[in-house]
Amino acid sequence: MDSIIQRKNELIRIEGLGKTFTSKSGSVTALKNINLSIYSGEIFGIIGLSGAGKSTLVRCINFLERPTEGDVIFDGESLSSLTPAQLRIRRRSMGMIFQQFNLLMQRTALANITFPLEIAGVPKERALERARELLQIVGLADREKAYPSQLSGGQKQRIAIARALATEPKVLLCDEATSALDPTTTASILALIKDINRKLGITVIIITHEMSVIEEICSRVAIIDHSKIAEVGDVDEIFIRPKSEIARKLIFPEGPRETLFNGEHCVRIVFDGKSSFEPVIANLILECQTPVNILYANTKNVNGTALGQMLLQLPESESSRKRVLAYLTVKGIPFTEETIRQED
Amino acid sequence: MDLSIFTPELLKAIGWGIIETLYMTLFSTLLAYVIGLPVGILLVTTAKDGVTPLPWFNAILGFIVNLMRSIPFIILLILVLPFTRLVVGTTIGSTATVVPLVISAAPFIARMVESSLREVDAGVIEAAHSMGATPIQIVWKVMLPEATPSLIIGSAIAVTTILGYTAMSGFVGGGGLGTIAVNYGYYRYKTDVMLVTVLLLVLIVQVFQELGMRISLAGDKRAR
Ligand SMILES: Nc1ncnc2c1ncn2[C@@H]1O[C@H](COP(=O)(O)OP(=O)(O)O)[C@@H](O)[C@H]1O
Ligand SMILES: [Mg+2]
Repeated sequence: MDSIIQRKNELIRIEGLGKTFTSKSGSVTALKNINLSIYSGEIFGIIGLSGAGKSTLVRCINFLERPTEGDVIFDGESLSSLTPAQLRIRRRSMGMIFQQFNLLMQRTALANITFPLEIAGVPKERALERARELLQIVGLADREKAYPSQLSGGQKQRIAIARALATEPKVLLCDEATSALDPTTTASILALIKDINRKLGITVIIITHEMSVIEEICSRVAIIDHSKIAEVGDVDEIFIRPKSEIARKLIFPEGPRETLFNGEHCVRIVFDGKSSFEPVIANLILECQTPVNILYANTKNVNGTALGQMLLQLPESESSRKRVLAYLTVKGIPFTEETIRQED
Repeated sequence: MDLSIFTPELLKAIGWGIIETLYMTLFSTLLAYVIGLPVGILLVTTAKDGVTPLPWFNAILGFIVNLMRSIPFIILLILVLPFTRLVVGTTIGSTATVVPLVISAAPFIARMVESSLREVDAGVIEAAHSMGATPIQIVWKVMLPEATPSLIIGSAIAVTTILGYTAMSGFVGGGGLGTIAVNYGYYRYKTDVMLVTVLLLVLIVQVFQELGMRISLAGDKRAR
């Protein structure tokens, strides 16, 4: 598998990273002992609820925020050992885009893209040439003279992406880059990011609170909860077998619906793209000679493969239950036994 | 109104007064910006959340600015007389008035510049940091250009405020329309003359304010 080859090439290593904000009114620990490796060429997702510490983490990766513990190794170089001037030069290899786009409002689209090049001291002619190239890539070649106020949200983010790519970075950091956009625009921006990742080979780190974004383009994901990494792994693996409570919550935010049911004997089964719901459940009922109650069902498209998840309530009779579980095991359908409790 | 008092000599004096007033106002504004702009920038950059935090320096600078701003202009006019004599050689006339005007306006301008620069979106500054911009580049290429429309409105306010001060300096022989108003209206009870000078001042204020607003709006790319 090519992913194994990719993984040999570690681009970013986050080592024992911690961040505590101290102020007169007290201290807030935003990150605790974060350890992560991000490999060259992958699209890595970081997901968590609001306030989990995602933005702080991504800002620690390019040292916009200096970690209070641990270090970030970028391309084999410890960022904490760099002087401010060296760090500034290093940042040119790390593009960043934001939820609010953060474009210079008094500059045209084109001048926004040349901005990082101006800062890096690239000659004007070359900068313009590169900026026009990038406008082409993000599909806004005809809007170079437009000011940000004349562009839609999606167009602004495209310009921001072009700007972030100007200095030919190795990684693109995206902090909630689609959170201010409608679903259609979100899809088109994600498609663009995926395209850039594939065509230019740029590693991408996606910060989001939406599982759909992770499903859409990430190969691996870290779930961050209350300042700590709760789980990290391949997206489909986490989707099929979420280990943490927070992972389940993020994968099925519609979850509260499940709590409408009080159930002692429940199983959560997951389907990969090869099977589908109906024959499995139909066969299960036929073979086990027992009805089951479907509490919840949902299919998701993860990186192009359909993944389904279903919550079944099993019969009261223990022997029937055992038959169902045995059937699932024999058929190799991943499942977890769960008790669904009513939450307040 | 008895128009016969507006002799050719008086009209000439009023004309000259307008020129002197404009000269004092614009020259003082310019010099006050030479001091106030860098001070305003430093007030922002050395603040706790600024690009080059230097809290103790910021506190001292802020204190000096506040101290100078709390001295009423009319008192400052008298306080700086010895200094004015040292710099200009005289304490009478429009050039002499420029000295207290600058001293008085610079801290006020510094605060206005500070407030304009603070309006710049922190996200944009963060983006510049993420691209590896130096603090000087952030001031020069992000903060000042992004704040330009607001800085221009601020300068219109500065001009009109300084114009008011020039009129006040008329009491101590500062020259310009203020002196005419004081000499005719206050010492010679020719209120008509005073009224005319006041009207002229109002007119000049309106022109500068309107001009500032228009330039600011025309240059602001945030407006569609
Ligand atoms: N500059 C700061 N000073 C103090 N606390 C902060 C600062 N930045 C973030 N925090 C705190 O750190 C926690 C994580 O914030 P953040 O990383 O923005 O979360 P997320 O992006 O996941 O919503 C929050 O409790 C937040 O209040
Ligand atoms: Mg955030």
